[in-house]
Amino acid sequence: MSSKTIVGATALAGAVAMALSGATLVASTTTASAKEKCYGVSLKGQNDCAAGPGTTCAGTSTVDYQGNAWKLVSDGTCTTMKLPDDRTGSLEPLTRDVPA
Amino acid sequence: MTQVASKANVNVDARFAQQTVPARAGAGLKANHVDAILADDYRIGFLEVHAENYMGHGGAPHRALEAVRENFPISVHGVGLSIGGENGLNPDHVARLKKVVDRYEPGLVSEHLAWSTHDNSYYNDLLPVPYDKRTLNRVCDHIDQLQNALQRKILLENPSTYVAFEHSTMSEADFIADIANRTGCGLLLDINNVFVSATNQKYRPMTYLSEFPLEKVEEIHLAGHATDTDDEGDPLLIDAHDRPVDDKVWRLYDIVIGQMGPVPTLIEWDNDIPEWPILREEAKRADAILERRASSYMLGSRHAAVG
Amino acid sequence: MQPWVDFPASNRIVYPMKLGTFSDAVINADLPVPAGIIGPQGKKAAKRFDVYRNNVIVGLVGSLVDIFPSVHNLVGDEFFRAMAAVYARQEPPTSPLLFEYGGGFPAFLEQFEPVQKLIYLPDVARFELIWLQAYHAADVPVLNPDALAAIAPENLAETRFIPHPAAHVVRSGYASVSILSASRSGGDLSSIDPMVGEDGLISRSNYDVEIRNLPPGAAVFLAQLMDGETLGAAAGAAMGEAENFDIAAAITAMLEAGAFSDLHTNDDNGRGSTS
Repeated sequence: MSSKTIVGATALAGAVAMALSGATLVASTTTASAKEKCYGVSLKGQNDCAAGPGTTCAGTSTVDYQGNAWKLVSDGTCTTMKLPDDRTGSLEPLTRDVPA
Repeated sequence: MTQVASKANVNVDARFAQQTVPARAGAGLKANHVDAILADDYRIGFLEVHAENYMGHGGAPHRALEAVRENFPISVHGVGLSIGGENGLNPDHVARLKKVVDRYEPGLVSEHLAWSTHDNSYYNDLLPVPYDKRTLNRVCDHIDQLQNALQRKILLENPSTYVAFEHSTMSEADFIADIANRTGCGLLLDINNVFVSATNQKYRPMTYLSEFPLEKVEEIHLAGHATDTDDEGDPLLIDAHDRPVDDKVWRLYDIVIGQMGPVPTLIEWDNDIPEWPILREEAKRADAILERRASSYMLGSRHAAVG
Repeated sequence: MQPWVDFPASNRIVYPMKLGTFSDAVINADLPVPAGIIGPQGKKAAKRFDVYRNNVIVGLVGSLVDIFPSVHNLVGDEFFRAMAAVYARQEPPTSPLLFEYGGGFPAFLEQFEPVQKLIYLPDVARFELIWLQAYHAADVPVLNPDALAAIAPENLAETRFIPHPAAHVVRSGYASVSILSASRSGGDLSSIDPMVGEDGLISRSNYDVEIRNLPPGAAVFLAQLMDGETLGAAAGAAMGEAENFDIAAAITAMLEAGAFSDLHTNDDNGRGSTS
């Protein structure tokens, strides 16, 4: 950018005043919901407290897909979205030839 | 190693009241159990956390652990230090572990006789080590470094194994006993691991336990295992931590506690985690054995066992 | 020596095995079981060694499911696990902290043939990595709106803000913010046009991470403030990008989200008091 625009005091003061009048309300609701919080899964949203991976010191009895034979039909939600050029966002079947 | 061999870790600046882990049953802490544990009338003896889960800067994990720690003694169990690794301990990881230990003041700190890091890759499993002199020296060096860094004794846990190394020259029990003698570390006896390894390696669990230096055991782990089959169709047990403790493991536990007296006992359940009351029932079963054995231990059975 | 352990016959020389040989074979199932790995009493080691192979891959795949719940949801469980196993074998973690794993997954998705049609997927994955960083970010109180209210109007243009450790501006050429929000909350994706570019703000005001859509110009505004620019300059830059940039709405969003922890003016260089 060649020249820098600086927004002046008057415009900023008006914007800040407007924002603060709304922010007060938001701040109080945030405090209220914090009191209801549990330590495990969030009460608020469905998955918004997703914690990411945890450790284990155990082995597993679940068996990995090691075979060459799987062909996959997607059971994901991506197919509900429409992409241009008549693409439906579907997945290609995975084969062992994929770059690995 | 004499400077860290002392068991007493008197912390004059302690933040938390309960500094020692009692000889009762404890449970591995899972995030979705925290509210139930805090609300429960049954006061579990202690909770054990995996150090690595609390190596982030802040957020929900630390908030939950603070709440738990204010109410219970805890033990810290490392799963990622790779004490058996060939590349040396990761100094950053040791520093992170020290931070967790300093912050939460656990009564016990433990790690595994295993490795998981090699050449900058982390394999997220407890891989086995050969039982030979070279590995023995290396593991002892690593435990010395760790105990010096933490300025406290650590407990080393016996592994579950599925294979053996052809070049091993010692038994696992001898290997572990030598480590404890040389480094002054304590031992964490995982009785499910004993049962799993004994089945997989074709020896008797009682033989292993008779060789194991029980007088150095400061904590016991119990967990459930799954059954698979090896190439010849014989049972191959998997240390899956996904179900209740097997009755055969309970029987071994009863015998061990009868021999050595009550010791903090952890129920581990890491996969297919049940609701808290199911885990609590497992803990109560261990508590009952500890209580029953405590009375006979008072009557002098220890002299017979140790002498 | 205990009689119950099988030791090699004394007439054979057994060379110690490098642990790297073991881990290479754990991660690459096409390699044979390393020489020197045995079962007891002459038993075969193949299925025994597979336990380690399986533990490592299943464990890493499970971690990736937990790090990328939206990507998982979008492509489905079976597909995700198979794809994640390919990635895990190609790029095992470099840290024992699993919440740091998966940094290369967005780039992997960009070149992984079967998901090429899902052009938004790498950005969704990038946002999920930032989400997890925010989850583990340091506990710092968010900026109290009163501190901003206390700044004298003539000092506002020169006011600078300290970013909250959990706050990140995210930008995508696709509707990746809406896709992430909807798929994490189990919402309906069918009304989303993936080809509409979106900006977002990932933040954490207490312990729950949130993502919100940002209106035009707000991403530039917040990114500049996070870089330490003044309020006046950041607002100017935002107006340069979007004529209809709404300063008040952007300030509301940043206060509501807790994007900043503190502010200062050139005068005081410290807390947000003016005099």
